[in-house]
Amino acid sequence: MKEPIYDQIFKPKTYTLSNGKEVKQRASRTPLVLLVVLLVTVLSWEATNVDLSALRTRGYQFVIILTDMFPPNLNFLNNIWGPLFDTIQMSLLGSIAGALLAIPFALLSSSNIIKNRILNGFFKLFLSILRTLPTLITALIATFVFGLGTMAGTVAIFLFTLSYIGKLMYEHIENVDMGAFEAHESMGLSKVQAFRYAIVPDVLPTYLSVSLYAFEGNIRYAAILGYVGAGGVGLLLDERLGWRDYPSVGMVLLILMVVVFIIERISEYFRMKLT
Amino acid sequence: MNKAVQLQLDKEPNRKLYLSTIAAILIALIIWSFMGVNITGFDQRGTQIASNIFSGLFSPDLEFLFDFTSGGGVPSLLFETIAIAFLGTVFGSFLAIPISFLMSPSIVSRPVAFVTRLVVIFIRTIPSLVYGLMFIRVTGPGPYAGVLTMSLTSIGMISRLYVDVIENLDRGVLEAMTSMGCTTYQKVRYGILPQLFSSFLSVTIYRYDMNLRDATILGLVGAGGIGAPLIFAMRSYRWSEVGSILIGLVVLILAVEIFSNKLRERLVNG
Repeated sequence: MKEPIYDQIFKPKTYTLSNGKEVKQRASRTPLVLLVVLLVTVLSWEATNVDLSALRTRGYQFVIILTDMFPPNLNFLNNIWGPLFDTIQMSLLGSIAGALLAIPFALLSSSNIIKNRILNGFFKLFLSILRTLPTLITALIATFVFGLGTMAGTVAIFLFTLSYIGKLMYEHIENVDMGAFEAHESMGLSKVQAFRYAIVPDVLPTYLSVSLYAFEGNIRYAAILGYVGAGGVGLLLDERLGWRDYPSVGMVLLILMVVVFIIERISEYFRMKLT
Repeated sequence: MNKAVQLQLDKEPNRKLYLSTIAAILIALIIWSFMGVNITGFDQRGTQIASNIFSGLFSPDLEFLFDFTSGGGVPSLLFETIAIAFLGTVFGSFLAIPISFLMSPSIVSRPVAFVTRLVVIFIRTIPSLVYGLMFIRVTGPGPYAGVLTMSLTSIGMISRLYVDVIENLDRGVLEAMTSMGCTTYQKVRYGILPQLFSSFLSVTIYRYDMNLRDATILGLVGAGGIGAPLIFAMRSYRWSEVGSILIGLVVLILAVEIFSNKLRERLVNG
């Protein structure tokens, strides 16, 4: 057996056991990994002008902003509700629409449902390309196409949800045990009926829990979409940070934290029930 | 349909009330969110811009896309983004190690673990753009601010996943080593580290994948990376430049994703 180059340079240790058999312990790969990491770190360090002394001398600036956020400006609360509900509505609508459209996309990408390699490949590629675009950049493009406002944010969230759920679902559908499907068919059920009773019960809990999870994450994303003008609470953050009105920023963040926490708890509860 | 099958199917518990309640709530929520989002279709200008973006994607600025010199071409911008994400991940994962030990209930007492968990939730909720703006006050605009932001935002997820690894350590190995009379150092070196190292590395690589996406948006607040050139190109309607930046981004992220999946598969399988 030919040994990898690494083993040819660093010879493996050879032990002779009591019964005369020879055992080889290959040299550890860890030093190589560490060396590569170190090298890339140094390169990146150069490229990004990291300067730790700046952190020491000016790091207090960061703490100043943080302490300015306390106590949060409670009077600002009334200005928050509108954008906050916009954020929630945006992510809700985007998530639901994305989750619904993800079903046909996932089915079209699964090689065990639609037996057409070209079609599967096309939809898989489409979903992965869609997934690479960060939500904020999709939102930026959407603001150009749909104009500033909540519509752009909804479209960005919709596209991200579609790609995310679509990918996870086709991976799941492809791993479904087709035996049950075949058994149903052999019992005399039509293809659609067999799909309904063999595949759907298997896939549905995962689909619902993935959708809930996506919604959870989307609330976080939706909160910053306002930064590019796509509506929601991010608009407020952008505006208040620009004015250096840090107590109000603190208030927005506090409310955001509470909302995210509540939604996560609700969705976690239902996801636990589903599994 | 076969009678036996029908009988079996009829045994399914009846949850119509439960399901219809949930459906009603969902429909109410959908209607509510439709009222909030003002649906605007494509207007004349929108369609024009959409077609411009598409034509930009199909006729990218090739000179800009393949400008390998160090000044301002897509490759150098992508390199900067990679560097920001990498350093951020490295710093973040180092910071996450002590935090994750402070967070795992099997190592520290419950109150300490709970408080650390709260702090991490607090760190995680603040959007990365806000951190970016805060760090710019410290370092001035540029990739350095991006690195600091990435380090801070990675802590949350990395430490949560590290805790899972720590909690799932195989204690049998440690007991076996104790019974063999190993010293504490030997137990840590041969019993704990080998278990932690590859799982930690796998988590870190996964986070790198995510950080790369996040690093692309930090440019929007001026914290380095490819986001700033993208937004400038869009605001000044240079669509072929937008096209080349988007192509570069998609190719880079796809390549890193495939590479990191391969790497993690090998790590998990030993």
